[in-house]
Order: sequence, then C-alpha cells, then structure tokens
Amino acid sequence: MSDIQIWTTIFIVVTFGIYMTIAWRSRVKETEGFYVAGHGVPTIANGAAIGADWMSAASFISMAGLIAFLGYDGSVYLMGWTGGFVLLALLIAPYLRKWGKYTVPEFVGDRYSELVRTISAVAAVIVSFTYVVGQMNGGGIVFSRFLNIDIAYGVMIAAVVIFVYAVLGGMKSITYTQVAQYTVLIIAYLIPAVAVAQTMTGLPIPQVSFGQILDELNVLSTELGMQVFTDPFTSRPMVDIFLVTMALMIGTAGLPHVIIRFYTTKTVRGSRYSAFWALFFIALLYTTAPAVGAFTKLNLLQGVNGTATDNLPAWVNNWAQTGLVSVNQNADVVNSVSNDPAAGADLTVNNDILVLASPEIAGLPAPIIGLVAAGGMAAAMSTAAGLLLVISSSVSHDIYFRYVRQTAGDQERLLVGRIAMAAAILVAVIAGINPPAFVAQVVAFAFGMAAASFFPAIVLGIFWKRCNAIGAAAGMIVGLSFTIVYMLYTLEVFGLAAHDYILGVSPEGIGAVGALVNAVVAVVVSLMTPPPARHVSEMVESIRYPAPRRVPSGD
Amino acid sequence: MADTEDNSPEPPGGNGWRREYWKKNLRLMVVLLAVWFAVSFGAGVLFVEQLNQIAIAGFPLGFWFAQQGSIYVFLLLILVYCLYMDRLDKEFGVYEYDEPTGGTAEKGGES
Repeated sequence: MSDIQIWTTIFIVVTFGIYMTIAWRSRVKETEGFYVAGHGVPTIANGAAIGADWMSAASFISMAGLIAFLGYDGSVYLMGWTGGFVLLALLIAPYLRKWGKYTVPEFVGDRYSELVRTISAVAAVIVSFTYVVGQMNGGGIVFSRFLNIDIAYGVMIAAVVIFVYAVLGGMKSITYTQVAQYTVLIIAYLIPAVAVAQTMTGLPIPQVSFGQILDELNVLSTELGMQVFTDPFTSRPMVDIFLVTMALMIGTAGLPHVIIRFYTTKTVRGSRYSAFWALFFIALLYTTAPAVGAFTKLNLLQGVNGTATDNLPAWVNNWAQTGLVSVNQNADVVNSVSNDPAAGADLTVNNDILVLASPEIAGLPAPIIGLVAAGGMAAAMSTAAGLLLVISSSVSHDIYFRYVRQTAGDQERLLVGRIAMAAAILVAVIAGINPPAFVAQVVAFAFGMAAASFFPAIVLGIFWKRCNAIGAAAGMIVGLSFTIVYMLYTLEVFGLAAHDYILGVSPEGIGAVGALVNAVVAVVVSLMTPPPARHVSEMVESIRYPAPRRVPSGD
Repeated sequence: MADTEDNSPEPPGGNGWRREYWKKNLRLMVVLLAVWFAVSFGAGVLFVEQLNQIAIAGFPLGFWFAQQGSIYVFLLLILVYCLYMDRLDKEFGVYEYDEPTGGTAEKGGES
C-alpha cells in the first residue's frame, strides 16, 4: 500500500514537473498564440494534442469499466467517440481551417450574424463547463485513492497546475503540454493492458487476444447474475443504441474544444492529416479499452467468485476506503457481482475504478500502478485545459469584446482572456468537488448539447449557401432547448423528478434527435426568409478551396 | 444535407473549375460516409444479431465490428480522404506546399 503511494507520488511529481517546464518554454505574448498557437503546430504533434485533448478522464478512467459491465452495449462509446472524427475530417476541419480565425462562435458569427455568435458562445460555455466538471472530479478520484488525499484537495491541486500552464501559455503551451500528456497516458494505458493480455492468453496484443476469453467471460458473467457479455441490447433497446452512438458521433464533431484544434495547423492539408493522426492516436487507446474491460472483468470475477467475504483479495479493501467498492454486509460468500448499488449484489464495484484498479486486480507491481495514476491525471488535466481555453475565449473574445469593449488592444485582450480562464478554473473546482452525476454521464450530456447546437449550424453553413442567420439561430435555439428539456424530463436533477423514457430513448441519445430537429428547423426557416448577403456566399465559396489556383489548366 | 448548388451564381473570372472540384469533393464525401454508416450503424448495430452467429478468433462478428472493426475502418476512411484530396488539389492547382512560393503565401481569414 505505501509502496503504491510512493510510486504514485514520484510519477505525479515528475509528470507535473514536465508539464510545467514545457508550459514555461512555450509561453505566449500575443493573442494569436494564446488562442490558436500562431497557426504553427506540426501535423503529428497536433494529432497527439487532439488525442490528449479528446481523451478525457471518462475515456481513460471510466470507459473500460463501463464496457466491462455493459458488454456489447458499451460499444456506443467506442463507435461514438471515434466515428465522430470521420465527420470532423470530411465535413468540418478543412473548411474551418481555411476560414482561419480564433473561435467556433466567431465562425458562425461571420457566416450568420452576431446573434448566432452570441448563442454559440453561450452554448460553448455551457457545453464545455458540463464537460470540465467531469474532468475535475476524475482527477480528484485519482488523488483520493492513490495518495489518500480528500477528493476536494485533489481537485484543487490539479486546478493549480492547470491554472499555471493554461493561463501562462494559452493554446501554445496547452498544445505542447498535451503532447507530453498523451505520451504519459498512452504508456500508462498500454503497459498494464499488454501485461495482462500476455499473462492471460500468452499473446501480448490485447486487441486480438481478448477474443479468446469471451466465451469464458460469458459463462462466468451469467453465473454471477450479469448479462451475457457479447449479447447486444441487454441494457438498452436497439433504437437507443443507434441514437446514443449517433449523438456521441455528432457531438464529437460539434465540440468546440476539438474543432478549435484544427485551427492550429499551418495549412488546410495539415488539418486533414491532423484528423487522421488524431484518430490514429485515439484508436490506440480505444481499441485497447474493450480488451482491458474484458480482461479486468474476468480477473475480477475469477478472484471473487465463491470467495468468503472476509477472505477477499487486497484490492477490495484498498478501494472500499474510497467508497467505490462495497461488500454486502449480509453475504458470507460472493455469489453475485454488480456495478449497481441498487441491485443488492454481494459485491458492488463502481465502473470508474476498473482501469485504475486493473493493475492491482491483475497483481502487477507498484510502479505500474503509480504510472496508471499519473496517466489518469494526464487524461483529466489535458482535457480540462482544452475546455478552459474554449470557455475563456468564448467569454472574452466572443462576448466581452463584442459587447463591452470593441476597441481593446492586443495586451488587454490577452489579459482579459487570462482572467476569464482563471475565473473558469475557480468555478470548475467548486463544481468538480460536488458533481451532478457520475463522470461518464456528465460527459455524455455535453455531447448531446454539442450535437444539438453546433454541428448542424456549422455543416449547413459550409455546405448550404442558402442557409441564413434567422434559420441557423432558430435551429440552434429549438434544437438545444428540445434536448435540454428532454434531459431534465428524464433525469433526477435540480430537484426534478425523473420520468420514464419516451419510446425507449435515453437522455444520452436525445442529442441525435435534437440535431435533426435543429437541421429541419434551420432549413425550413431559411427557406421562408430572404437568402444571406452576397459577401456571405463569397465567404462560403472561398473556404471550399484550400489555396488560390496556381495552374490554370485550360477551362 | 449536402447541396451541390448548381443554381448558385457562377463565380466571376472563369471559375468553372470550382464547380467541378466541389462536385468531385462531394462525391468522395458521400461514398466515404456511406461506408462509415454501413460499418458502424449497419454491421455494428442494425445487423449485429445476425452477424453474431459467425465467430472469428473467439469474436462474434457483430460484436467485433462494434468494438474493433468499425474503428479500424474509420481510420482507413480518413486516410483515403486525405490522399484523394491531395490528388484532387494537385489536379486543380489548389494544392498547398509547405514552403509558400508565389500564390500560396496567402493567410487565412480572407473573408
């Protein structure tokens, strides 16, 4: 136990030191550096930065655990969070890079109107804020388990480090810090996965070898009162699986903190390849995650199946202290396992601990456990930093300087950007200590809202010249309200009672319907109102071609 | 959602190539998105039960598409898009060279 603490402390101190050094070396002095890293990030580095920015505490900490307990139904996260990059690469990234300014609300502002820009800025703040809360809480979980620090203090330590490098260096130092964080998190994820695959199947490629244990896992799962692992639609009906996957894909392509990364490359061509490298780096973790989920679950079940409750493996006790694992007081022998406290199983395991505990469950040595803790921190912090940048740029660039001070100089813009980010961190800490729902679920809401607001407005703005400001504004307002209302209707939040799902559609899946509502309203309203001005059509025309034509080849 | 906009006003200055370039871009996009839909929503969701009857290396096939196969295909789709667009850009003379020479020394935000 103390061995694990020592190694965790070493890894966390060393990695935090690396992030600070990188941040100091790439600190910025101009607004362009603060928001888009001066359009100078190389393609592969940008891909790794997107990977770290993208893969949050939810991807690193919760996803494999969710898949372990959901089985096939956990695929919604795998397909949803990777498929969105196809949409990003084909429909959004190259065009927004060609347009080439600072923020996502600024694009819709140029394309439509100031009103749409303000709606987007507010939506960007809501979406990013919902998302950042999950990251803060994820960081807190790591601290509380591995260093025995209270979750509240853990959140504060993470916030101070992010504060230093994000406020100091803006996008430029966030980007290069994220490259380092990607490296840490992928090593931390792959080493235990490869080790476990090697011990359990003799083949050290987890992506291929977890097929060998699926039959055994199916049998053991049903014995301990869970669903057959590989069977589809055990927790959600097909329609909901379809919609959740779609909502996560569209949400991915509409998240401002991801889109903004494509602004940082040198060229339009660079932004296309960035999308490729980003998905490549993400796929390394995402194809490993289901294997980690399957292996860890099998290990866990074999370890506790039929074991007397006073004779359980050591990890059960270690994690019981965080309250994330609990043994039923009335049980003598473990005959059932669940992730749902309401199920009253003999052993209840929270999804969020599976990755963090997997080295312990598999009996791997202390340094590897410390490394995983550092990886979890890297995932949480890199995403939080990217989100805080979006909040800061929306508040300062898209709201404050549009309405309060239109004639500010570069120095003042930079200062206000930094103050906005500091304020965002403060609020995120408070919400992170006391989050509304569990980590991955919080993130899923952010996706629903991004899907229902940004994606249709941006894609219609690029591919349909006839779409006008009134249409886009109406679409965003109706789509977003529809989505939020359904979420409030079905969830127990803000003291509201939860209602039954309509037609089996869960609050995570409603974003896909919200996006459709948004698009339909935008098209109908646009067609009923006058077309956009000529200079807008010319702007749309110009972003469709990467560079001015050089060789007129006889047309 | 894609609109080829053949009725939009012809851009001035002999820019007919633009329509051709855009049409080819859209055609590629539609083909790639059809594959995207087929592997994820088709093989991974709608027909997963039928495909699960077949098992390869321990994986029920539908389950494999949902948790592994679709991700590999997504990656391949983006790579194909990048390579094909490079070719298209060169063919139409709008390719960007890393060392700006002559006409490509243009910065973004020209609207």
